[in-house]
Amino acid sequence: MSDALPFEGVDPTPTDWSDAAMQRRIRKRYAAERRFKLVGLGAVLLSAGFLAFLLVTMMANGLSGFAQTEVRLDIGAGQASAIAAGNHEAALAEGVYSEGAWVPLRDSAVRAGEIWLPASTAIDTAAKSDGTPAAEAAYARLSNEGRVRTGINWGFLTGADATDPTLVGIWGAFKGSLLTMIVTILIAFPIGVLSAVYLEEYAPRNRWTDMIEVSINNLAAVPSIIFGLLGLAIFLNFMHLPRSAPIVGGLTLALMTMPVIVIAGRNAIKSVPPSIRDAALGIGASRIQVVSHHVLPLALPGILTGTIIGMARALGETAPLLMIGMRAFIAAPPGGFSEPATVLPVQIFLWSDEVSRGFVEKTSAAILVLLVFLLAMNGAAIYLRNRFEKRW
Amino acid sequence: MTPTTIALLLFGLAVMAWLAARAKAMAFAAPGAGADRPHSLPVYHGWYVALWALVPALLVLAAWTNFSGGLVYQTVLASPEAQALPGFGMQRQAVLSEAYALATGASDAAFNPQARALAPVYAGAIAFYFWIGLALTLVVAFAGGAFAYSRVSPAFRARTRVERTVMAVLLAASLIAVLTTLGIVVSLLFESLRFFSMVSPVEFLTGLNWSPQMAIRADQAGSSGAFGAIPLFWGTMFIGAIIAMIVAIPLGLMSAIYLTQYASPRLRAWMKPALEMLAGVPTVVYGYFAALTVAPAIRDIGLSLGIAASTESALAAGLVMGIMIIPFVSSMADDSIAAVPQAMRDGSLAMGATKSETIRKVLVPAALPGVVGGVLLAVSRAIGETMIVVMAAGLAANFTLNPFESVTTVTTQIVQLLTGDQEFDSPKTLAAFALGLVLFMVTLALNIVALRVVKKYREAYE
Repeated sequence: MSDALPFEGVDPTPTDWSDAAMQRRIRKRYAAERRFKLVGLGAVLLSAGFLAFLLVTMMANGLSGFAQTEVRLDIGAGQASAIAAGNHEAALAEGVYSEGAWVPLRDSAVRAGEIWLPASTAIDTAAKSDGTPAAEAAYARLSNEGRVRTGINWGFLTGADATDPTLVGIWGAFKGSLLTMIVTILIAFPIGVLSAVYLEEYAPRNRWTDMIEVSINNLAAVPSIIFGLLGLAIFLNFMHLPRSAPIVGGLTLALMTMPVIVIAGRNAIKSVPPSIRDAALGIGASRIQVVSHHVLPLALPGILTGTIIGMARALGETAPLLMIGMRAFIAAPPGGFSEPATVLPVQIFLWSDEVSRGFVEKTSAAILVLLVFLLAMNGAAIYLRNRFEKRW
Repeated sequence: MTPTTIALLLFGLAVMAWLAARAKAMAFAAPGAGADRPHSLPVYHGWYVALWALVPALLVLAAWTNFSGGLVYQTVLASPEAQALPGFGMQRQAVLSEAYALATGASDAAFNPQARALAPVYAGAIAFYFWIGLALTLVVAFAGGAFAYSRVSPAFRARTRVERTVMAVLLAASLIAVLTTLGIVVSLLFESLRFFSMVSPVEFLTGLNWSPQMAIRADQAGSSGAFGAIPLFWGTMFIGAIIAMIVAIPLGLMSAIYLTQYASPRLRAWMKPALEMLAGVPTVVYGYFAALTVAPAIRDIGLSLGIAASTESALAAGLVMGIMIIPFVSSMADDSIAAVPQAMRDGSLAMGATKSETIRKVLVPAALPGVVGGVLLAVSRAIGETMIVVMAAGLAANFTLNPFESVTTVTTQIVQLLTGDQEFDSPKTLAAFALGLVLFMVTLALNIVALRVVKKYREAYE
């Protein structure tokens, strides 16, 4: 039997694993194994570290954006009458108050005694980090006099864009984002779901259907800026819709979001088992009834998850909106779908271009607001998926 | 009253039609009708009549809203007050649009006396055509509703008709995607052809000099724009396909390997979503991060090494873009490694190979086509990325290999050319569309090749 083996001439003695050379080789291989594993762990930690670093940087820069430095104004007897007469400049002549400080002064009932007013950008910067030497000196003097304190910057949450960083607010951009997202979801969701139903349930296998599928898959991979060019050429130059309006932004983002919803919707519909369709058909339901009464309700959690993810992407999108002119300076929240507006990410982009140092914290603060919303949306999507998605 | 109000009115009518038809059908759909059982449920009769009352009327309304503007204009021009209008195009238009603003209440004071005289004519014409439009749509709505209502009977197959309409709507919805694709191709091609009628395609695709300024005055110095896009293509490749990939491929691949092969389920449950979060961060945030934190750090490192580094270095943009791309590479690698048959892994381990030897010598080579496909997708994603490069890369079209220098990319230039007020006919603006066309073609080609590679490889193992 042994002469039939193909190992003729091979030394039949078993390998001596205790041999010193062999031991060395095994140690080397195990060391390589450990190194490889460490490199892998390093890659994971490095990637997660980038995320943590990014978030920490934004937090470190941005949290102070929600706070504002306030300076106390002691209204003397002589100034009170001037303020009552509408002459606020004299009372604010010290130059440490914000450009907008006359508004709270005018609206306040305090006509004598003390009132806290927002500090100027220079003082605000000096209080939070390091300002110019002059501002540092002024801040040191004010804090020696006990005339500075830090409060919550409500104006940042309720105001719109402004030229002075102490006066800017995020509500204007937020409302613009909200209006744009309403248009986007009103268009993208129905069209997306209907296409998904058609392609998955009814479409005949032919060249037309292939064309629809190919274009949907390609649209999902087209760079977002191309959708901006499309919006510019079709909605603005051809259809003459108003520039920088939420309706145009919403339409453009809807075209971008729709393929995402279609793909998610098709996967959700595909995962509904055929036995449910067969059962419904078997007791006499029409093909439309099968889908509308049984398949769609079962696929809805999956479709909604995909929709939320698509909307989160649209909410963070900047480039296509720059193309359709949503980068104008808008100092008031938009009142309607066709009024000039800006959106959160574009506002972040615009503020990041400002030279004034006071804008750094405002930009980071706006980023924090945007990230909170995106996290909430993604969290909702994950919750929906875990809570309602059935495994058949 | 506006077309929107009329549309709401029509919806109200449709609801009434739905209720009326359902009530009529309920009357004959009484239980126990036996062999005379009606074909369709009452709701389907309701939907049938409501659709007939709504859809034709909406179509008429849409057509009328488009046409009535022209009709109003013609009527105003034909009126005796309009005969005194200036003949010049611009002035004439100014008076007319002022009169229109007065008539619709958009403004309440006229600069031009002629506009004031014309405003009542305008208002009268608008009102006249509005009432005609309202009457027309209402007639169509009632006629459609009445026709459909008269057909409601036990034998009438209302459900079949309604379902046919639903099918048509479904098909129309899925054709929107084709229309969008078509819209992209047509608008890009159309504007690019206009660009190429001014600048030769050969110069655009092979020229080495990019400075898209056009002359405002004829005798201006440096007045002729140069549209050689090669430095742009190089900059895009350098940032998106070289620097970003040098960061993303090792990190993404090693993360995927560690998370699928080594990590404990607990670590995997935490780290995988964390990596996916990297893909969910908006690009404008990455751009700000690159411009605020990474670019100054790289300049300082460059200076300490004795290299004159730009604050808008290619390295900063590329590094941050690479971080953004990590989750794409990692999830594609994850999928392709998971698709390698278990038998190959078992075979290698049974031969005495360590885990890392199995991964390096068996799993990765077997998964390579999938990984390559994923990398191609990631490249197409990176070169189409806009905000990071707009905020962190420069505008100077340098043709350089030095990562500390500033380069510019296709997307940066598109944004640069199209923001601000420009005439729509200048080559400067149209160049953006030509760049967009190139970008579209390249990303499309990359995607098709990548998907084909991935698919072919999947088939090989199934």
